[in-house]
Amino acid sequence: MKPNSPSGSARFLIIAIAALAVILLTDGVKHVLMAQNPFGGPRPGAAEPQVGGMVGWILARQSEFYREISSTIRAAKSDGSAVWTLLAISFAYGIFHAAGPGHGKAVISSYLVANQETARRGIVLSFASALLQALVAVVLVGICAWLLNATAQTMCGAEKAIEIASYALIAAFGARLVWTKGGGFMRALQAPRPEPALAVTHHHHDHGHHHDHGHSDHVHDEHCGHSHGPLPNELAGPGGWRRGLGAIFAVGLRPCSGAILVLVFALAQGLFWAGIAATFVMGLGTAITVATIAVLAVSAKDLARRLSGGSEGGGTLVMRGIEFGAAGLVLLFGLGLLLGYLTAERVTCL
Amino acid sequence: MLLGLVSLVGHAAPAQAHPHVWITATSELLYAPDGSITGVRHAWTFDDMFSTYALQGIETKTKGVYSREQLAPLAQVNVESLKEFAFFTFAKADGKKEKFQEPVDYFLEYKDSALTLHFTLLLKTPVKTKQLALEVFDPSYFIDFKFDEKDPIKLLDAPAACQMKFQRPNDETAKTQRLSENNFMNGDNSNYGAMFANKVTVDCP
Repeated sequence: MKPNSPSGSARFLIIAIAALAVILLTDGVKHVLMAQNPFGGPRPGAAEPQVGGMVGWILARQSEFYREISSTIRAAKSDGSAVWTLLAISFAYGIFHAAGPGHGKAVISSYLVANQETARRGIVLSFASALLQALVAVVLVGICAWLLNATAQTMCGAEKAIEIASYALIAAFGARLVWTKGGGFMRALQAPRPEPALAVTHHHHDHGHHHDHGHSDHVHDEHCGHSHGPLPNELAGPGGWRRGLGAIFAVGLRPCSGAILVLVFALAQGLFWAGIAATFVMGLGTAITVATIAVLAVSAKDLARRLSGGSEGGGTLVMRGIEFGAAGLVLLFGLGLLLGYLTAERVTCL
Repeated sequence: MLLGLVSLVGHAAPAQAHPHVWITATSELLYAPDGSITGVRHAWTFDDMFSTYALQGIETKTKGVYSREQLAPLAQVNVESLKEFAFFTFAKADGKKEKFQEPVDYFLEYKDSALTLHFTLLLKTPVKTKQLALEVFDPSYFIDFKFDEKDPIKLLDAPAACQMKFQRPNDETAKTQRLSENNFMNGDNSNYGAMFANKVTVDCP
């Protein structure tokens, strides 16, 4: 029933291969960037990227919403009803902002895929991380600007420190996933024949996952594997939500530059509370978009599970491979962001 | 399938922020008596929100009034930070990249609830050139540069024969010709901001 657990050295090999892949990939990214951007300007003769279609439209919309925020806050000084407009704009901005590129949904989606999580958990993780992100922005501006009356320069220093911490957290989170999933992938590779009768059911996978955790340094109780089931009461079971905390913090720690600007601006207008409300509504919009993408990622994996479940034995390997790949992706994002190969939204320091 | 998943979450990775800071710019190209270009003088006015943000925590006697001296430390921070981004100013003389010295004559002004940063970038070596091309933009498009409607670019003491052309980034004609999602989605977007570049060319026969 149980495949043999991989030896320490085999697992080390897997990790080493993953690390190598990460280095090669990030190096590749760097070369693309270098070639593209020799002195910060366009490469002569290189085709310029164009904006258009959906993406261009999204960018244009969020730009408009964002610009309207400042004028609406000004208007709210004399006309209280403008606060409603402010909230509506902030909500729309949050939805569009998260639809643009960002590390949050990438990390959450990869985490969900790597960890056999349910769509329901994906939605909760999306909302919790967006809420945390809004909270961090409010606390940062509240302490730095409101309590200490620190300068923008000080604030941007704090933002940078938080940013590095959050990227390191994503990398560490990804490394742990790679370690855990590397074990599962290894076992799937080694297993001569996975239990055939249960190959299609969820339960089989749950058990495989359960054992992954058992061999990792991450301590879970015996019910861990079962909490992946679709029943809500199981989701809230022992150790259930705790597992998602890593994802929530990794994604939600870094505040959005836009929220910081809005909060400081609102504070200067004497309407800090309106800025806080706008920030949380923005987070709500962000959460809706991220949750949608997370659900898409989970559904895509479920489809893969069904497709691969039909073939004898190969299904487990494919699923473990996908999980391992998704885990590697989280590590890749973390390292890429940390080392500056990937850039998220810039911190406002000028 | 894995590829599908990777592209689903992966296309999000490279940076294309929408702008968070808007700058209205006017620039002057500086010429020496012998007709060579010596540098460029910028005046960048920040938007309402960023101006307020930048002024956070800066002490002043009268609320909403800031003197040049009070703003001097901030101007210092500004030009130092801008160095990392090559001052968003990219010059080429006859197709060859030109380098700038450290900025000089920099100061901030606060007027009509907007901050304006003035600074001068001198070329490492002044050049006499048939064609000078100057671009002002933020490659990652965190900052949106828009040149002033009335006097976007001025030539200061340029030889009389020199002709200047100025191209704004969002000319509607250029925009409609450029619409293509493929280019955007194929990953070749590390220099995303380039399409929002303001281009100045000066031809001196």
